[in-house]
Amino acid sequence: MDLTTVDTVIHTQDPALFRPGDAWLAGGTVLFSYGSYAFGPAPLQRLLDLTGAGWTPISVTDAGLEIAATCTVAELYALPALLADRTQEWPALSLIRACCDSFVASFKIWNVSTVGGNICTGLPAGPMTSLLAGLGAQALILGPCGARRTVPVAEVVIGDSRTCLAAGELLRSVSVPASALMSRVAFRRLSLSNLGRSGVLVIGRSDDGGAALVLTVTAATKRPVQLRFAGHPTAGELRSALVEAIPAELYHDDVHGHPDWRRDMTYRVSEEIRAELEAGATAGVTVSGDFWPPVALQGPGDDTPWVLPTEKDA
Amino acid sequence: MGIVINGRDSGVTPLPGQCLRTFLRDQGNLGVKKGCDGGDCGACTVHVDGTPVHSCLYPAVRAEGRNITTIEGLAAAAASVPVVAPGFLAASADRDAVLDAGLHRVQQQFLDHQGFQCGFCTAGMVMTAATFNDGQRANLARNLKGNLCRCTGYRAIGDAIRAHMPQGEYVDTEAGSEVQPAVVLDRGQVGDDVPAPAGRDIVTGVARYSLDVPAGEYPGLLHLTLVRSPHAHAEIVAVDATAALQIPGVVAVFTHHDAPEQLFSTAQHELFTDDPDDTRVLDNVVRFVGQRVAAVVAETVGAAVQGARAVRVEYRELPAVFTPAAAVAPGAPALHGTKDSLTARIAHPERNIVAELHSAVGDVEAAFADADVVHERTYQTQRVQHTALETHAAIATVDGAGRLQVRTSSQVPFLVRRTLCRIFDLPQDQVRVVTGRVGGGFGGKQEVLTEDIVVLAAMKLGRPVQLEFTRTEQLTASTVRHPFTIRLKAAASSAGDLTGLLLDVQTDTGAYGNHAPGVMFHSCGESLAVYKCANKKVDAQAVYTNSIPSGAFRGYGLSQMIFAIESAMDELAAALGMDPLEFRRRNMVREGDDMVSTHAEPEPDVHYGSYGLDQCLDLVQDALERGGKRYRDAGLDDLGPPWVTGIGTALSMIDTVPPRGHFAHVKVRLLPDGTFGADVGTAEFGNGTTTVHAQLAASALGSTADRVAVRQSDTELVEHDTGAFGSAGTVVAGKATLAAAQELAVRIRAFAAGIRQVQVAGCLLTADAVMCEGTRVPLAELFAAARTAGVDLSAEGRWGGTPRSVAFNVQGFRVAVNRATGELKILQSVQAADAGVVINPRQCRGQIEGGIAQAIGAALYEEVVVDDAGRVTTDILRHYHIPTYADVPRSEVYFAQTDDTMGPLGAKSMSESPFNPVAPALANAIRNATGVRFAQLPLSRDRIYLGLLDAGLVPEPYEAEA
Repeated sequence: MDLTTVDTVIHTQDPALFRPGDAWLAGGTVLFSYGSYAFGPAPLQRLLDLTGAGWTPISVTDAGLEIAATCTVAELYALPALLADRTQEWPALSLIRACCDSFVASFKIWNVSTVGGNICTGLPAGPMTSLLAGLGAQALILGPCGARRTVPVAEVVIGDSRTCLAAGELLRSVSVPASALMSRVAFRRLSLSNLGRSGVLVIGRSDDGGAALVLTVTAATKRPVQLRFAGHPTAGELRSALVEAIPAELYHDDVHGHPDWRRDMTYRVSEEIRAELEAGATAGVTVSGDFWPPVALQGPGDDTPWVLPTEKDA
Repeated sequence: MGIVINGRDSGVTPLPGQCLRTFLRDQGNLGVKKGCDGGDCGACTVHVDGTPVHSCLYPAVRAEGRNITTIEGLAAAAASVPVVAPGFLAASADRDAVLDAGLHRVQQQFLDHQGFQCGFCTAGMVMTAATFNDGQRANLARNLKGNLCRCTGYRAIGDAIRAHMPQGEYVDTEAGSEVQPAVVLDRGQVGDDVPAPAGRDIVTGVARYSLDVPAGEYPGLLHLTLVRSPHAHAEIVAVDATAALQIPGVVAVFTHHDAPEQLFSTAQHELFTDDPDDTRVLDNVVRFVGQRVAAVVAETVGAAVQGARAVRVEYRELPAVFTPAAAVAPGAPALHGTKDSLTARIAHPERNIVAELHSAVGDVEAAFADADVVHERTYQTQRVQHTALETHAAIATVDGAGRLQVRTSSQVPFLVRRTLCRIFDLPQDQVRVVTGRVGGGFGGKQEVLTEDIVVLAAMKLGRPVQLEFTRTEQLTASTVRHPFTIRLKAAASSAGDLTGLLLDVQTDTGAYGNHAPGVMFHSCGESLAVYKCANKKVDAQAVYTNSIPSGAFRGYGLSQMIFAIESAMDELAAALGMDPLEFRRRNMVREGDDMVSTHAEPEPDVHYGSYGLDQCLDLVQDALERGGKRYRDAGLDDLGPPWVTGIGTALSMIDTVPPRGHFAHVKVRLLPDGTFGADVGTAEFGNGTTTVHAQLAASALGSTADRVAVRQSDTELVEHDTGAFGSAGTVVAGKATLAAAQELAVRIRAFAAGIRQVQVAGCLLTADAVMCEGTRVPLAELFAAARTAGVDLSAEGRWGGTPRSVAFNVQGFRVAVNRATGELKILQSVQAADAGVVINPRQCRGQIEGGIAQAIGAALYEEVVVDDAGRVTTDILRHYHIPTYADVPRSEVYFAQTDDTMGPLGAKSMSESPFNPVAPALANAIRNATGVRFAQLPLSRDRIYLGLLDAGLVPEPYEAEA
């Protein structure tokens, strides 16, 4: 929709220029979706457009990935195909498409919306938050006067639509360490509707050849919750850790899932992930949930909506 | 270079905060639609340098230097024709240029497969699908989830998009949708799949919806925005517009001081006395969060919105009440307590009761005492929003002659005129109401929600004034389906006879009583009458609460009540160990049985014009059996440990016409070129009645539908038309069209006989000529001769909507439920319909598929949630999930073979009713699969899971710490 109160668009990446009534403009899909009056007490007056900065969307090095905040979701979605020769080395790349497909938004939105924008919106079900928190990525945050700090993506979102960014601070990029990309991973997601908004999204990562398990719960909780186990936990250990890490009030409560359901599904899919990663090597990522269901559910003559997204989609 | 639109540099700089959608529309590209303005519906899809985007989210400034392709330029872009006529030309020149460019392959496919109904989403669908490769086409669930359609149920859209794909990659469902019309006449007549006349306009984006009017048509157009109440119940103490009026562009602010005193109802019926007079254009008391408080009129939408936020309102808050139970409790605040029961037609204003019904047939208590099985349960249905893709909108202007001209998105233009005349005390000949093509209705546009306020402003200011609802206004401040709480008790004998049915019903009409009496009474009509049962007792109340008003919604109360009753029939059958379909066969009415609902005497004007309920049950049962065999044969009947499967069915009956009068007047005439013109009153909003009128007229005139041009929904065209609601488009207006066309056929033959000096019996009508004893007299020639002779070859037809017949629908589902997660998968969906003679099988199938899809939304996903303070929290489409392509199964559709003695050429209504049996059939299938009865809608996955958990049916559940 029109941002009717905006009178200025300037191209800048300088946090020092930020003042009340300003908003950073990346893809714009969130700003234009909610309108002038949805962002703070005063209506928006100026848009500070980041896209003129020319930041390289994705840099791939042996250290891992550096993803610019302005990298579009479509560019990220295209990455696994471009890195096809690395998929043996970096099996966790398989999470990228699973997470992109967790957007309730259309692929057309992905042509515009950005990785940074999704994280900064701070939604519990932000798929880029899920992906990058799950991969242990670090966010580089710029402040006025050249201030820089890094924060784990898992700690950028601190509540429903709340982030750790101060007014004027800017998410510059996120870095995914190669070590995480080398991990075996597992992914589970459930939604109340087919291909709908995630009600629970859990990513498991078996680090250091199975020496550690990192479990990242998103969508079910108001903010990402990360559990780290040395070695491989038992079902009981996992359960106790979840009980301790997620008090009842931390489960998200909105129309996209009853908190009790989210809690039980968090336990269920976390245990599935634990068991899957304990079972040893699997080819690629196994996913559950409504968009990649058991094959047996595809009935005869059934105009199934559930076709695995393939390379030819890209 | 500026923004290049369809090959031409627009030369216009957008505003800094403007989105591309409004920029493109400002440049005259009116095919770019607004469905949500928030990125969810995809109706605004365009290509930026060939990449599809939602233009409502795309910063227009970012489009500078880029090439934009809209629906109007798609064909030319594909053919590499550089320039398509841009906007700002006269509308007709624009239109011709676009149509001359031919069709893109995808447009042609949408036309060939009629992949649209109202067509409001079509431009976005086409623009999206035009970018697909075969991989994307193979996975439409994923790739079309950003394109919402509320009418079709997506089947026709999928067929259109994949039309060219080779067999094997895409196969139509096996038995699906066998359509066997009872009679097939010549092409273009009744029984033929005549395409919608507007098809080409729709796929090219030139069809004109309510606000698709070129800027030049309304010079000096102003925009109106409503200040809405933040309180659920309050008195307005003062309104200070000073700050608002200082905002540049703001022209006026209107408050209750400017509004007429006349009370009315936003609900529109043939008799305005059917609804309570409880509403003012602007009131000094607000009764729900979101009610109009003031209207700000400005030169631009932006200024009006800013103005609305600057209006200072002082409220005195009043106690509020949010549930019917609380509202009827002693001491509850009375929303309309100061109104007079008799003059306002409110049953008990002091107790918040708008209408009530108490009836008893036989002796239910005795029946319960003697019963072998009894089922007792409270069923609850939720608020549901129509979510037509086109929001409510209207433009009012006063013409040079001082006449009021209103263009509106309405199902009932003639009733809107009547209501405006009543509110503003105007003579009928001083008001004209027209609609463009309407972008979906579903009952939501059987209300006056925009017209009155733009008329007020236009009359005060003497300039044209427009109001367009936002999607959020649609979800928070228009109308919703009435929530029902139904305490039900039903009894049966061990032989399987239904012996007693008791219903205690409360409907929540919200803050205003629009449609409250009608919905309440109708809900207790056909839902009960379809079962023979000697003992029936009903107590029903429609109750005011401080919530968003409920209104007319597809099914008009039946869907809510049928959910309860059909669930109960299933429970009785289960308790008896009887097949639910057998139980229904034993107890449902058969042709000739009295249809008794709340009176011992049946409705005097409702008859079995035809009866196909028995056929419908057989068709569904057979299809479900075939489906079961398919799964078994494929080895897919066992889905693994957490999954259980089941089947469920439900039936429904509906009177083919609403009661208490429904009128239509139609004029048909021969045109100079030998084709025909039909002027009808009913609006076209995807219901397909335009096609039906053309087919009916063609059948009577021995011609073809493409030779009948239908003009419609303009109060200047005909005397009166009650409107397109209550499924009346075909059976009332269609009947008037048929009568007019039959009369015209008589006149044409008589005139031809006269000039050829032959017997009338020897004159036969063909498509474009009269054969007069072997001599061909072209109709064009006949027209000229008639004009010379001063003979008017035209005729009129009228129909008053009575007597009425009954139509039937039976729905069946096979579902799988994951007991570990609550996931529900529809394995098979079948509906059989008794629509009499099916005038247009493809269109009728579309109505049924669309009804199923909308009902799946209402059964599984949709709920307008109101919080403790009366505020609607589901205020955008991301939070109010309507079914996407991924959510809707491909349904098998079957027609009973009947021929109605009352409907036009044997036809019956089939627009609301496919919706009605869907929710209970799903609940019954889940019950069959899991053993658990779910009595509250929607049947969302979390609710299913928690219900199974309560019943101890979840395998290895997580147990919360004590």
